Amino acid sequence: MILGVGFGEYVIDEWDRLFTLVVEHAQIVLMSVAIAVVVGVGLGMLTYRTERPRVAVLGVTGVFLTIPSFALFGLLISPLGLGTKPAVVALVMYALLPIVRNTITGLREVDPAVVESAQGMGMGRWRRLARIEFPLAWPIIITGIRVSTQILVGIAAIAAVINGPGLGKDIFRSLARVGTPTAVNQALAAVLGIVILGLLLDIAYLLIGRLTTSRGLRE
Amino acid sequence: MNDPMIRLEGVTKRYPGQDRPAVEHIDLNIPDGEIVIFVGPSGCGKTTLMKMINRLIEPTSGRIFIQGEDVTRANPDELRRRIGYVIQQIGLFPHMTIGDNIATVPKMLGWDSARISKRIDELLELVGLDGPTFRSRYPKQLSGGQRQRVGVARALAVDPPVMLMDEPFGAIDPITRDRLQNEFLRLQADIRKTIVFVTHDIDEAIKMGDRIAILREGAQVAQYDTPQHILSAPADDFVADFVGAGASLKRLNLTRVRDVELTFWPTVAIRADRAEVLSTLRASDKGAVLILDERQRPLRWVTARDIERGDIPLEQAGLEPEAIVEPQSTLQDALNLMLDSSHGAAVVVDGNGGYLGAVDFATVAHAIQGMRVEAREQLRAAAGLGDRGAAAS
Repeated sequence: MILGVGFGEYVIDEWDRLFTLVVEHAQIVLMSVAIAVVVGVGLGMLTYRTERPRVAVLGVTGVFLTIPSFALFGLLISPLGLGTKPAVVALVMYALLPIVRNTITGLREVDPAVVESAQGMGMGRWRRLARIEFPLAWPIIITGIRVSTQILVGIAAIAAVINGPGLGKDIFRSLARVGTPTAVNQALAAVLGIVILGLLLDIAYLLIGRLTTSRGLRE
Repeated sequence: MNDPMIRLEGVTKRYPGQDRPAVEHIDLNIPDGEIVIFVGPSGCGKTTLMKMINRLIEPTSGRIFIQGEDVTRANPDELRRRIGYVIQQIGLFPHMTIGDNIATVPKMLGWDSARISKRIDELLELVGLDGPTFRSRYPKQLSGGQRQRVGVARALAVDPPVMLMDEPFGAIDPITRDRLQNEFLRLQADIRKTIVFVTHDIDEAIKMGDRIAILREGAQVAQYDTPQHILSAPADDFVADFVGAGASLKRLNLTRVRDVELTFWPTVAIRADRAEVLSTLRASDKGAVLILDERQRPLRWVTARDIERGDIPLEQAGLEPEAIVEPQSTLQDALNLMLDSSHGAAVVVDGNGGYLGAVDFATVAHAIQGMRVEAREQLRAAAGLGDRGAAAS
């Protein structure tokens, strides 16, 4: 019953602050995803043809994802200090695997006959990658980016332990004040904010995916 | 003879870790404007040999000349833009429209967009597709046969003198394949490209090739010759086995009715009386006489018994000639009709339906014998020159 009491009023009263936190949260997630896309798609493109580098990249990024997030944020304090910088580094590490893996899968799944005909028509390696292989792999790559974003929206909350920005701040504050009248409302509002942000971003990816995928590839 | 369009000199491909080369020291001349077929059992190296021409596979040694230029030293991408390339799976780019697919090489060569657009319509027209309808479609919206045609149009985009085709009709159902093959032959009669065509199907080779190179393991040329000669005079047992049973029947497909000496069956004009019909029949060794109308068109086959039966008018006596062929029909068509006909003869008529003669068993047997003798003589002449086999050009 404590739960319901005044939740609506809480959100209305705190709206400006909550909204700022949501924006901060979205910013750090999107910034980290953007960096992870550049690094991850790049790594994928460099390694998808060669067995050993490919296995190595997938192995390392896979290990990143298994490090408990609380521990990783903590471990980054000594080299990078507190605040946004270590938070972004940690989030990029978590975002890499789905992006790298889907880039590699997408590029490797391109029909070899299509690649051969491109080569046979005199397209060089990079032109082939940019004009043929990448656009064909794109639907799979953007799915990877979408998955990474979803993971980061959740994990970014933990960044609050190292003074990172976003809705995690409210969660940790409320945890520190368990038992006080507004603690539950505060945590609930932050969690709800994270869920809604996740949904909005997901919808945005669906739209972007549709708009950026060739009509010739859609069902 | 003119310089060949493509000349292979001692071309060899060796893969590391394999005892025998995949292709061993091939010399071959490919004449301008001809379809040359590389045919052989799987693993014989025919595709490897073809892909060395546009250097999708780099030769280990040897040289390849196109129009006299040594292309083993050229920039491979620039070389490939000058050579049309069609593969079995066609490999259209699924994310691009048909127009953009065709525009690929012109764009790389820096054509302006007006010229490219005009060329797209021209090429689609050439392969029998409506430009405005098809240029904005995507490959998945096309049937297999349509995709194949677009593949050919795309390969022809910058009008390259040379085309390489790797089993281009391999993935298409037999009925459509036959139609596309015929269309392609008609197209080739206009565009006169130098085409290297790889297939494992000897029947396709005979149908499509001006010249066939039959390859055995290591891409060794077992025989390089016209389809007629390969069928009439296989160079050795390998070729004979590969061509398979029924070589004579296959050859009938290459021969037109106009090329053979027709047999003359007795004919009688429609105005003739019974006595004249009977006397004509008696004077001939054939069992039936052909009644012709005023314009020399065949009307009925009539036998002595039909006449003796009594008072049926000539235009209703006997049987209607159903087996009718024209001079451009193949002997195989004629033979087929003949086998079903009442008197064992197919009637040959000209474009206006006028009687020219007939094809019967004697005609076919005589034609086959003639082909065999001719091929043997040519082969003997070639052997006398000491270059039988590889350098048949």
